[in-house]
Amino acid sequence: MAGSAEYTGVDFYDMDGLLSEEERAVRDTVRAWVDEHLMPVIGECYIEGKFPKQLIPGMAELGLFGANLPEEYGCAGLNNVAYGLIMQELERGDSGIRSFASVQGALVMYPIFSFGSDQQKKHWLPRLASGQEIGCFGLTEPDFGSNPSGMITTARETADGWLLNGVKMWITNGSQATVAIIWAKTGDVNDASSIRGFIVPASTPGYTGKDQKGKLSLRASDTSEIHLADVRLPKDAILPKSAGIKSPLMCLTQARYGIAWGGVGAAMACYDEARRYALNRIMFGKPIGQTQIQQERLADMLTEITKAQLLALQLGRLKDQGKATPARVSLAKRNNVSMACDIAREARRLLGANGILIEYHSMRHLANLESVYTYEGTHDMHSLILGQEITGLAAY
Amino acid sequence: MKIAVCLRRTPDTTAKIVIAAGGTSIDETGVKFVPNPYDEYAIEAAIALKEKAGAGETVVVALGADSVQETLRTALAMGIDRAVHLQGNASADGLENARALADHVRGGGYDLVLFGKLAVDDYGQQTGAMVAELLELPCATAITMLEIADGRATVEREVEGGVEQATCALPAVFTCDKGLNNPRLPSLKGIMAARKKPFDIAPVTVAAGAVTVASLVLPPERAAGRIVGEGAAAVPALMQLLVSDAKVI
Repeated sequence: MAGSAEYTGVDFYDMDGLLSEEERAVRDTVRAWVDEHLMPVIGECYIEGKFPKQLIPGMAELGLFGANLPEEYGCAGLNNVAYGLIMQELERGDSGIRSFASVQGALVMYPIFSFGSDQQKKHWLPRLASGQEIGCFGLTEPDFGSNPSGMITTARETADGWLLNGVKMWITNGSQATVAIIWAKTGDVNDASSIRGFIVPASTPGYTGKDQKGKLSLRASDTSEIHLADVRLPKDAILPKSAGIKSPLMCLTQARYGIAWGGVGAAMACYDEARRYALNRIMFGKPIGQTQIQQERLADMLTEITKAQLLALQLGRLKDQGKATPARVSLAKRNNVSMACDIAREARRLLGANGILIEYHSMRHLANLESVYTYEGTHDMHSLILGQEITGLAAY
Repeated sequence: MKIAVCLRRTPDTTAKIVIAAGGTSIDETGVKFVPNPYDEYAIEAAIALKEKAGAGETVVVALGADSVQETLRTALAMGIDRAVHLQGNASADGLENARALADHVRGGGYDLVLFGKLAVDDYGQQTGAMVAELLELPCATAITMLEIADGRATVEREVEGGVEQATCALPAVFTCDKGLNNPRLPSLKGIMAARKKPFDIAPVTVAAGAVTVASLVLPPERAAGRIVGEGAAAVPALMQLLVSDAKVI
């Protein structure tokens, strides 16, 4: 039954009053879906290190993939605040599931929508929206993480198309993707302006994706290495409007925007768990929530969540007005994910020994958030982006 | 097949209820409202029947203040085709509300009129059966199975120790129980489409009727439990208390 779930979110400053009826309805429907379908399986998926593939059709049916892209491509046509609320609710469940939706929407559908030909859009977007095709985004390389301009993957024009060679790493969805957006240099390896995007079906000979093993974070998400060994593509595999490092960075800005909301969701989940536990756990004859030390923890959490919610919302309103600059997105990603890491850690500590068990969620969020802190521009890189915004001087 | 679903707006079952000043209504400040959970079975049944038939129309009808419009749009977002808001203040007397709903449904050419078996706020359980009587239509309450074939409905209801099956000709009125189906969530596209669907507002005047709410009182706080001991050693004391204090054995 929709709406009867126990988790009711965190809304201390009447955020709901700042949302439209549709925005609230979108939030509620995703929240109910997470309660019904994700929460019952996430613990087991995390322990077993597997992505819950069986949930993909349901996610597609709800319209979670590329939800802020237009209806003519089979998407929901939502505004950016509603899109952000989807990311918040998915990450309330698990950062890995939110990552899956972020990649499919912001890093695969968005570049096809923004840099693709009409034919590419018509072919790929409805298939990605419906979950018939699963996408991944190949930008990062083993030696080029924070510095993607330095990539050494190449795309060489041939008589009848393109020849791609290189290695991509830390690729979410990489091993289950049926199609990859691969970024490669069409010119000299020192020429970042020659970076272009390519649509690469995973079935293309020479393309292999294999899982990276031994992860202690994002265990319910696939993270993979992609090898491109003489991958031959037709001429129309290139995203015609992609031009230079700016193109993949525009995709990352979209994804980072969603992550700023996702951090709020993970923090809300941890706070909610900590608050309930503090009321129920009796020690020294009274609930631990009646001790000053836990009250301070909870007060800090509520304060930081409330600030982060308002930050995300205003960023969303700016994005709908076309004013969410990359630096503004950096500020929100940096603040909200760091905030979520802190809250997850404090929540885990409040939960005492129970906090290390998979039955509780805070430690899973804590472990996940260490990846979220590091990916899509590390926290430190966002410091430098903001530093450059403030001073006009690049420190990287 | 034309199907009407009569919908109520009720507080979310997890909402913390506060009684408003005056003591005869609840304070709606900060309370989240949802479609009455049993009405969701009726909505799902209507949508599924139309999907199966491949044709027809589903209409959701609600009586109440303007706040009910958001609830109606939730039904549209789930997939109902059209909404009607009977704009007026509902009475505490179920019969008067039933009259207003029956007046609207009568002459609408409906093959089926569906309700939830009860609304989770007042547990009245009256309106569906009363509407059936006012329309002089067959009625089955609390159905857990519904099949339509050749202009007849077959329904099942859970009865003590078993299941009762009944059939009747259409048109008919049914109230829906848990178990009938698994209501879908509104999809994101459905939410966006809801705004564009036909939405009629018809002012109605509902008579006060014979029932008034004298007062609303929250249930008393549950007393704290008592731990009489641990393990097997506690069993005799527990048994004695179950007999002497709780008087359940």
